[in-house]
Amino acid sequence: MAKEGKTIDALSQFELTPFLGGFGQAIGFSQSNAFMLLALGLITVFVMVAAARGALVPGRLQSLGEASYEFIQGMVTEQVGDEGKKYFPFVFAIFMFVLFGNLLGMLPYAFTFTSHIAVTLTLAVIVFVTVTVIALMRHGMHFFSYFFPEGAPVWLAPIIIPVEVISYFSRVVSLSVRLFANMVAGHVMLKVFATFVVLLGGLGAVGPFVAILPLGVNIALVGFEFLVAFLQAYVFAILTSIYLHDAVHLH
Amino acid sequence: MRRILLAMTLSAVLPALSWAASSAGGPPVEGMPQLAFGHPVQGPLLIGQVVWQVIIFFALFLLLAFVALPRLGAVIDNRRQRIEADLEAARAAMHSADAAITAQRDATQAARSEAQAAVTAAMQAAQQEMDAKAEALNAALGKQIADAEAGIDQGRKAALGAVRQVAGEAVGALLSKLGASADAGKVQTAVQREAAARGIA
Repeated sequence: MAKEGKTIDALSQFELTPFLGGFGQAIGFSQSNAFMLLALGLITVFVMVAAARGALVPGRLQSLGEASYEFIQGMVTEQVGDEGKKYFPFVFAIFMFVLFGNLLGMLPYAFTFTSHIAVTLTLAVIVFVTVTVIALMRHGMHFFSYFFPEGAPVWLAPIIIPVEVISYFSRVVSLSVRLFANMVAGHVMLKVFATFVVLLGGLGAVGPFVAILPLGVNIALVGFEFLVAFLQAYVFAILTSIYLHDAVHLH
Repeated sequence: MRRILLAMTLSAVLPALSWAASSAGGPPVEGMPQLAFGHPVQGPLLIGQVVWQVIIFFALFLLLAFVALPRLGAVIDNRRQRIEADLEAARAAMHSADAAITAQRDATQAARSEAQAAVTAAMQAAQQEMDAKAEALNAALGKQIADAEAGIDQGRKAALGAVRQVAGEAVGALLSKLGASADAGKVQTAVQREAAARGIA
């Protein structure tokens, strides 16, 4: 998208820029990675501060920290069972990384690293590899029986096995594309309507009054985007838990 | 005050990060920047982004799994244990209260039956005492009655004896008035016979 004139430039917000100029350029460290580091810091501080006082009757921040802890722990134990307790930190890290990525993106000047397919795909691959490694470690070669359900007619194997293998690998695609598409769509909509506000506001005397319409749409969209930010983090975490369940129990 | 400072710091971070991210440069990006792997500036940054992401995510996982989450988990476990201990203490207190209530009820029952027995015993003793007194009184009265009857009988006998004597004397006097005399012994015997015939012993 060209930047000249009064055109709607909804995509340049996703461009990467090197962090701290030549230094970032030299090590391939973009503002996206800076926001990942910020998310890492905020998540760690959030959990540490929530645990710091250790009050028997928690304050607001401690309540929030404990609520998120018990929310994810409940999700993992509900999906995976008691064997899933040791995978809880992994799911918690996934949930918080996605959630903070989405929420930081809602702040002005911020960059939404979850709007990059490369980032969501990497995250999905991390989940996929972790889950597959866990399954192989728990079940060894028996893991491959996952692709052929017990009791199915043997002559159906040439159809069932490819379908199961494809569906297993499509987890990566569905996980990554869902999050990426949601974040991109939301931010493009926000940018488009924000540009409408500016363009309409410049249309003479009636302009500012007409511009209220897209402004109202944007206000609603911001609320909607906060919902999507939580929802997508939840979806990513619960799908990770479901995949962990398959890895632990094989169906 | 602390909160305002915190909010100011936080609101300064994002513009600072934005400012620190200098302009990308290079030719304009065609299509979606997320897919611009061939772009001279965006391409290397996209690759670097993923590499750094893996490093940062791994660091986040390690921090959470081995430092931050165990602390929060300890706080939650601590509270759960505390609540369980308190519940256990409350349960024990309830049990002891129940036992105390049972003991109290038993003691009341025992005291009531004991009192009942004491009342019965006292009533029996009083009854016996009263019976004994009434018996003694009856005996004394009977004796008095018997004594009085004996006295009356004796008086009557004495009076009857006197009547026979008077009758003998009257007979003697009547006979002497008639000019006859009779043996005192015979008169006495006749009086005795007449008296017996009339039922006067």
